[in-house]
Amino acid sequence: MSDKNTNQTAPGGMLKWLDDRYPLISTWNEHVAQYYAPKNFNFWYFFGSFALLVMVIQFITGIWLTMSYKPSADEAFNSIEYIMRDVEWGWLIRYMHTTGASAFFLVIYLHMTRALLYGSYKQPRELVWLIGMLIFVVLMAEAFMGYMLPWGQMSYWGAQVIISLFSAIPLVGPDLALWIRGDYIISDATLNRFFALHVIALPLVLVLLVFMHIVALHKVGSNNPDGVEIKKHKDAQGLPLDGIPFHPYYTVKDSFGAVAFLILFAFVVFYMPEGGGYFIEAPNFEPADPLKTPDHIAPVWYFTPFYAILRAIPDKFLGVVAMGASIAVLFAMPWLDRCKVRSIRYRGYSYKLLLTMFAISFVVLGVLGALPSTPLYTKLAQIFTILYFAFFILLPYTSAHEKTKPVPERTT
Amino acid sequence: MSETKTIETVNIKRRQVLAGATGVVGAVGAAFVAVPFLGSWQPSEKAKAAGAPVDADVSGLQPGQMMTLSWRGKPVWIVRRTPEMLERLTTLDELLRDPDSNVSIQPDYCQNPSRAIKPEYLVVVGICTHLGCAPLYRPAMNSTDMAEGWRGGFFCPCHGSSFDLAGRVFRSVPAPTNLEIPPYMYLSETHIRVGEDAESGGQA
Repeated sequence: MSDKNTNQTAPGGMLKWLDDRYPLISTWNEHVAQYYAPKNFNFWYFFGSFALLVMVIQFITGIWLTMSYKPSADEAFNSIEYIMRDVEWGWLIRYMHTTGASAFFLVIYLHMTRALLYGSYKQPRELVWLIGMLIFVVLMAEAFMGYMLPWGQMSYWGAQVIISLFSAIPLVGPDLALWIRGDYIISDATLNRFFALHVIALPLVLVLLVFMHIVALHKVGSNNPDGVEIKKHKDAQGLPLDGIPFHPYYTVKDSFGAVAFLILFAFVVFYMPEGGGYFIEAPNFEPADPLKTPDHIAPVWYFTPFYAILRAIPDKFLGVVAMGASIAVLFAMPWLDRCKVRSIRYRGYSYKLLLTMFAISFVVLGVLGALPSTPLYTKLAQIFTILYFAFFILLPYTSAHEKTKPVPERTT
Repeated sequence: MSETKTIETVNIKRRQVLAGATGVVGAVGAAFVAVPFLGSWQPSEKAKAAGAPVDADVSGLQPGQMMTLSWRGKPVWIVRRTPEMLERLTTLDELLRDPDSNVSIQPDYCQNPSRAIKPEYLVVVGICTHLGCAPLYRPAMNSTDMAEGWRGGFFCPCHGSSFDLAGRVFRSVPAPTNLEIPPYMYLSETHIRVGEDAESGGQA
């Protein structure tokens, strides 16, 4: 009988003292030890936990960078050089942060691809998708503002272009751009406020959204590569037959994955921290010069698909609209896709074809966005912009008439 | 039964009134307190004050050569155009989006075919009207690093907009309008002041 007091459900000692005052064990159980996830997670399911890991890396390295960085137009560039040359291990911490930015987007893009492959955005997980999309947008803002802080040529002219996007809005545009800059040109005022947003405001929003993303996910339960609902088949105790507790099964799996990921991450940090000019671009090793645009400016690789769309449209306002729409339309995925079958494993050819076309156009646009603009590349960008949007335009029709395969009752 | 119900209704009404009043006063307060927070993003007095005119001596400028000034932190170019360049400008109207500069920004005294006070000297703000990059100066016909059929002018490397040697935008490029001409005046034959002109009483 006394045994019962010392088992897992009723702890003693310090843990009991804590648990009487804070819902420690129930929270742990609900979200980790007794959160039942489908047993058939594959490689694609690593990326959510990797994203969390990269976020932690960014927070820690970012906090350390603020200790030596000076957010002023006069000092910013030199303070980065100071971090790179004079601060002990400063180079390593900065390279972790710059590599982390690219890793964040790589992981997030793969995480989103997983959702498109297995229909993870579909009912009842629409909100998980929407919150995830908000995270993506905030992350883009965070990355953009972070890229401005070193105050190099690419920082300056990238910010010039992106803030000018707002000036394309009819009527209020020019005043809005002025308000964002806080000056008639990109200046110290702009740098200072972007620093505040980058290190305080947006990270707070990001943490809140990630928290909500996970809470929403745990309410509806994880999807899986078969796209079947594991809650439909439960055992005598009411536990899903095809589910396994997140801890220890997926905590161990994700830890293993995290170590493998960190080995690759360390490889980049030590051997190719500039990512061949794609993670840190060459013009950013020159201080910002408001009188001279670098001969070839391109955003960092993770923005190039959207940048290519902007450039493809020979009209200022419509270009900005198209670029905005290319991101905004993703929010509507749960409603554009009308097929009841979730996983691509059991979906018809139309979706497989469309998704392949979409993935190819995203990658091709990404390549084009990194290249200088020539008439041929502009033409190509226009073609692939059409294909990019064709995915979303055709999907509501094809998905309603899709010839799907029978979906198994249980996971395979 | 009925008594408790009445009491409940009274209480609910009271709470509704209180909540309504708090909501209205709170919303007004929030609107007022938003003003300083949003307003603090506007350009500071210091930024507004930094708009002094700049002078340039163009006597050393060779025909076809360009010089760059910094005015309000923006690049301003002065190009000394050759007679051939000016001749070429008259042949381009068909290819331009706004050949007569009707929707573009320039002082009235520069809304003419050469977009200048003296056709020989072009004074123009070197910021692309698309998204604000500084275009490249490529004056020669068929410059080697330009596309086939290049007619000489300015090319924006960011998004491929192109302008002729009067800063007029070509068709089918992202930039909507011609490059901006700043207010300027001649202090002497070879001295130009940017940011100030005779028309505005010396104050641009």
